[in-house]
Amino acid sequence: MRGPMKLLSAVYAAAIYLFIFLPVIVLVVFSLQSTAFPIPPFTGPSLRWYEAVLGDTRLTSALMNSLLVAALSSFLAAALGFLAAWGFARFVLPGSAILRGLITLPLTVSYLIIGMGLLVLFNWAGLPKSLMAAGIGHVVINLPLCFAIIYSQMGDHQINIERAARDLGAREWQVLLMVTLPIMWPAIFASLFLSMTFSWDEFVISFLLTRFDTTLPVEIWNLLRSGLNPKTNAVGSLVFGVSVLLAIAFELVLLRRKPS
Amino acid sequence: MTKALVEMKNISHRFGAAEVLADVSLAIAPGSYTVLLGPSGSGKTTLLSILGGFLVPSQGKVFILGQDCTMLPPAGRPTVTVFQDYALFPHMSVGGNVGFGLRMRGVARGERERRAREVLDVVGLPEAYGKRPHQLSGGQRQRVALARALVVEPAVLLLDEPLGALDLKLRRQMQEELKAIQQRVGTAFIHVTHDQEEAMALADHCVVINRGRIEDEGPPERVYARPATRFTATFMGESTLLPNAGKGTLAIRPEHLRLSREPGTMRLGEARVTAVIFQGGFKRIVAESMDGQLFIAKVPAETNIALGDKVTPSCRAEDLIHLER
Repeated sequence: MRGPMKLLSAVYAAAIYLFIFLPVIVLVVFSLQSTAFPIPPFTGPSLRWYEAVLGDTRLTSALMNSLLVAALSSFLAAALGFLAAWGFARFVLPGSAILRGLITLPLTVSYLIIGMGLLVLFNWAGLPKSLMAAGIGHVVINLPLCFAIIYSQMGDHQINIERAARDLGAREWQVLLMVTLPIMWPAIFASLFLSMTFSWDEFVISFLLTRFDTTLPVEIWNLLRSGLNPKTNAVGSLVFGVSVLLAIAFELVLLRRKPS
Repeated sequence: MTKALVEMKNISHRFGAAEVLADVSLAIAPGSYTVLLGPSGSGKTTLLSILGGFLVPSQGKVFILGQDCTMLPPAGRPTVTVFQDYALFPHMSVGGNVGFGLRMRGVARGERERRAREVLDVVGLPEAYGKRPHQLSGGQRQRVALARALVVEPAVLLLDEPLGALDLKLRRQMQEELKAIQQRVGTAFIHVTHDQEEAMALADHCVVINRGRIEDEGPPERVYARPATRFTATFMGESTLLPNAGKGTLAIRPEHLRLSREPGTMRLGEARVTAVIFQGGFKRIVAESMDGQLFIAKVPAETNIALGDKVTPSCRAEDLIHLER
């Protein structure tokens, strides 16, 4: 490539990344503001708003709730997704392709619709609005994702490995626990981290399905209703930071090539 | 009659509309090395899967040690299968792999380790105990798979194209070792392959399978010298096939075909050389007569012969093999 073209494409690339990351950069920068308004000029850096966040028991308990919901719902989603993937990959089922399509369908339905559906259903079933209700909602949205990731990695080359275990006397649960599960670890971990990221960030379903004890995104929304201040920036940056950590964990696990 | 270790009676199997095995009966003697030889799609692997318990035949019965095993799952029968891709557990050490079958049988850890090391010794890999499968070469993985199967002391060991993934030199070397290991442990081996040289090198009992039927079976020397069918005569080694005036076919092995008249031989026609293939120790010659009859001969490497040479194929009468079908 010639010089000017090279320069132009570099500028273009920089513009694209700036477009994507500018909102986050602004959020993080003004969370370090030392004065009361998250607007220019920048007066920091200062950690006073982070202190304020960590001193706010509503925010910290919402943070703990979010972590709890994310951990439990993704664990459940990954476990169910693994079992579903195993069933579809290893057994001949009637209408297998249609059923596989159905199980991944929630991926294409908006969270709002899923949340509303669950709201109506829980209302009818008498399950009160709670963290558990939101957690169930997160399982609904993350199960198809976990299934898709794990199913895609469950290749035919493992069939003989499972057969060998059975041939040597392993019972079905032993095959699953001692052979299939350990071989599938990378895909299961990856789906677990991705589910956690999505659950951690999720707002609409949590908003619809929780009342008194709620998750961090809902608590942030409550905070925002009284206007912008650097405290919202600080808590937003914290949320962002955790998401980044989970995403990195996901990439590391999924992209790490296994020596064959 | 000695009691057969394995008896397959009138086995037929279909996959949907396709008949893969048609009325196959087979008996296998204790301690023998049986090779099932056939081209791909002949049904030999299906037969092995039925023996191992991975498939239930559409018809027929499988008896092992006198017991009807037709409906038993793989773990319920005294067989262990060694898979073509080895199917080692990638997340376990070699010791863990080899000890797996014993662990499933509730053998204590110390005893497990002792026996796993013992079997690794038998297959010639005493130093591999703590390694991971991915640290081993193809041939070494093959041996681990063998050790993992042998450690549970099966009555019959089933090997599905065990050397298929190895390069030629390693394959020949592993053949010798397989035979030596089989003789050392005395277990009956049933080995599936499409490689006729492998079959001849290993088998005590060679079973030639084509299109779901047994074409021929017996000691490899007999099957080679006196094949029962046209298919066997051309699949287990090569043959020149001559029509026999309405009574089947005559076959001549390449090493018995002469390219010039010699005293005591009979003339088979005239032909021109269409291919000369140098194979190290010998030359493989293909010649064709005016009416399209092909002759295949094996001549000493130093023979002076070229494309287009005129030859008069002939052979001794006793080297003619009469094939009924």
